[in-house]
Amino acid sequence: MIKKEMIAMLLAGGQGSRLGVLTAKMAKPAVAFGGKYRIIDFPLSNCINSGVDTVGVLTQYQPLRLNTHIGIGIPWDLDRNIGGVTVLPPYEKSENSEWYTGTANAIYQNLNYMENYNPDYVLILSGDHIYKMDYEVMLDFHKANNADVTIAVMPVPMEEASRFGIVVTDDKAQITEFQEKPEHPSSNLASMGIYIFSWKVLKEALVTLKDQSNCDFGKHVIPYCFEQGKKLVAYEYNGYWKDVGTLGSYWEANMELIDIIPEFNLYEEFWKIYTSSEIIPPQYISAEAKIGRSIIGDGAEIYGEVENSVIGPGVVIGKGTVVRDSIIMKETTIGEGCTIDRSVIAENVTVGDHVETNVGEDIPNKLKPKVYSFSLTTIGGGSVIPANVKIGKNTAISGETTPEDYPDGVLESGETLIKEGDLA
Amino acid sequence: MRAVGIILAGGNNHRMKELSNKRAIAAMPIAGSYRSIDFALSNMTNSGVQKVAVLTQYNARSLNEHLSSSKWWNFGRKQGGMFVFTPTITKENSFWYQGTADAIYQNLDFLKRCHEPYVIIASGDGVYKLDYNKVLEYHIQKKADITVVCKELPPEEDVTRFGVLKMNEDCRIEEFEEKPMVSNSNIVSTGVYVIRRRQLIELVERCAQEDRYDFVKDILIRYKNLKRIYGYKMQGYWNNIAAVDSYYRTNMDFLKPEVRNYFFHQYPDIYSKVDDLPPAKYNPGSDVRNSLVSAGCIINGTVENSILFKKVFVGENCVIKNSIILNDVYLGDNTHIENCIVESRDTIRANSYHVGEDDIKIVIEKNERYVL
Repeated sequence: MIKKEMIAMLLAGGQGSRLGVLTAKMAKPAVAFGGKYRIIDFPLSNCINSGVDTVGVLTQYQPLRLNTHIGIGIPWDLDRNIGGVTVLPPYEKSENSEWYTGTANAIYQNLNYMENYNPDYVLILSGDHIYKMDYEVMLDFHKANNADVTIAVMPVPMEEASRFGIVVTDDKAQITEFQEKPEHPSSNLASMGIYIFSWKVLKEALVTLKDQSNCDFGKHVIPYCFEQGKKLVAYEYNGYWKDVGTLGSYWEANMELIDIIPEFNLYEEFWKIYTSSEIIPPQYISAEAKIGRSIIGDGAEIYGEVENSVIGPGVVIGKGTVVRDSIIMKETTIGEGCTIDRSVIAENVTVGDHVETNVGEDIPNKLKPKVYSFSLTTIGGGSVIPANVKIGKNTAISGETTPEDYPDGVLESGETLIKEGDLA
Repeated sequence: MRAVGIILAGGNNHRMKELSNKRAIAAMPIAGSYRSIDFALSNMTNSGVQKVAVLTQYNARSLNEHLSSSKWWNFGRKQGGMFVFTPTITKENSFWYQGTADAIYQNLDFLKRCHEPYVIIASGDGVYKLDYNKVLEYHIQKKADITVVCKELPPEEDVTRFGVLKMNEDCRIEEFEEKPMVSNSNIVSTGVYVIRRRQLIELVERCAQEDRYDFVKDILIRYKNLKRIYGYKMQGYWNNIAAVDSYYRTNMDFLKPEVRNYFFHQYPDIYSKVDDLPPAKYNPGSDVRNSLVSAGCIINGTVENSILFKKVFVGENCVIKNSIILNDVYLGDNTHIENCIVESRDTIRANSYHVGEDDIKIVIEKNERYVL
């Protein structure tokens, strides 16, 4: 008989549209992070480190990169005879076939998967946060409180509390009230989108709410359980936790890793973060290179200057090029004599010689001012940037561009240049 | 595949000095991220060999740790796989492997149960890329009994620690001398052989009956005129690392762009066990030039013309020049290291000074790390 005390369901189907061109060809959880990782590595590593060896990963938007990355779960020791990692895309049914229309709907459509493992508890995770957390401790808390639902929460500064979903608790951590982005919050405990459900409670709620359109945990399932008088408790988490949902917070979280002793430390033996490393050789730093305060991935070859940056595996940085305050992802090649400032350059990009980024004035992006802000230059995966061009601030580029795309050799601040992909 | 693989990884060698105190030569770290045996194993898997036996004996702990899973080299298959054989006591035999032929003899059951017609024998201390299929084709075409892969070394190279051979125009080996005092040939055996499986079983069994144990001395040299033994000259990079100076040189070769390009970027890849280490971190004060840096390193000082293996910590104001720092070494502040090989897992106290004057100095210090 198959029996798993707790299984995890990891929601990895979202596009993450606020990451702009970075998610043009991949779902947000597959976006590179911290020099060699992908965002989904953090919840997956947390699972195996917490002893959760059965993880269903729900995919929907652009799953190719994610599927290749996860494979059969070898890097996380999630290749198991029973359990392990299973990728769960939406599928056709004899009636009512539909995409995943909401977070809870996605889980509902995979009731059979969960039922297989005969779980007592189900852990709901999302694939877009950077943190280390022991879910086993959270489960102990859930059991000790005899709870039906446990919600992980973290204290946020009171003045920022109105940006979050806030929970109000009594002195025994039992939740007495929910406030969604309240104007006048009466607590500073923000929900982290991590839930433990007792299986029967979850199943009953999902089945009851199955016709709810866009069924969502925060909007429908949790309020439903609350109304039904179930016991909801808040599990307070005080470690590092970062939502990397916007380009600004994504850039910031990467930059925090290069502090001398970063708050989020990847170098601890305890609680390792695992990833699929396709590139094995060491990195080479040439005689004329200069590296200050950065992290650099395996197999990179650096001939230029790198300062305050996160460089992914297999990246080549040419002679005389200066890279500052930037994130450069896996196997991107930067030519010679470039000046790369405050840029996020995705995987497999080719940048010609003497390219300058982040030049000119800080003008808001004309197309998507909310996405491409923070004075960054963002270049999507697989793009080609011709030699001798200048690229402004709050800009986005995706696809193979030619000198003709740059009037007078310049892409002005605030412009967007999309030549391929879903966003074209 | 028409061949099974045998990797002879049992050996120790006094030429490695203190570096082989705690590991077999096949487990020596190479080029930052690899171990010596990765090259033979990757060549096997890249040549389509599905079944490999690794014969090990001397200080096998670190080798066994490296070979803990066969998946890194793609050997975790239903068909074939990777087998690690250490000596065992049996009813017939209670000795260690007394030589390379004896090592094969003691595991003859493995060979007898295979169905593949050929055997590729390789050693675990060569750094090279080779498609063994090409050697096999050559072997068949020459109707050879044994094919020895050999390499022509530059005339200035010292060949006295190798098996040195001479071939006729047809490439049949006419002279074969093991570790000659003086030599007039600069063609050496790379320790890679191709032989028909039944032939190998027969030769090894006969050796055992005669109390002979060495593959080179008792088979290659003894049967030189009796059997058709051919040489296959390999092209491309090859180095044997089983002596401190050539170990040092081989590692330093990876600072050359053509060597890096050949091993790191050209098809096929060399595989190794993955260690799940974070990217290397450069803190203010780091100054790294012409060096290889591996995953998990944290650098606060100066590094020049050196190779940092995995998880090396370089303290503030350190100066490291022309040196090899093996895995998981902690270098305290203000340390000066020049022309050295620092043994893995060492902890070097702050303000230490180590310089290899004429030769490469091997630094072994066993200090407690966490009381520093």
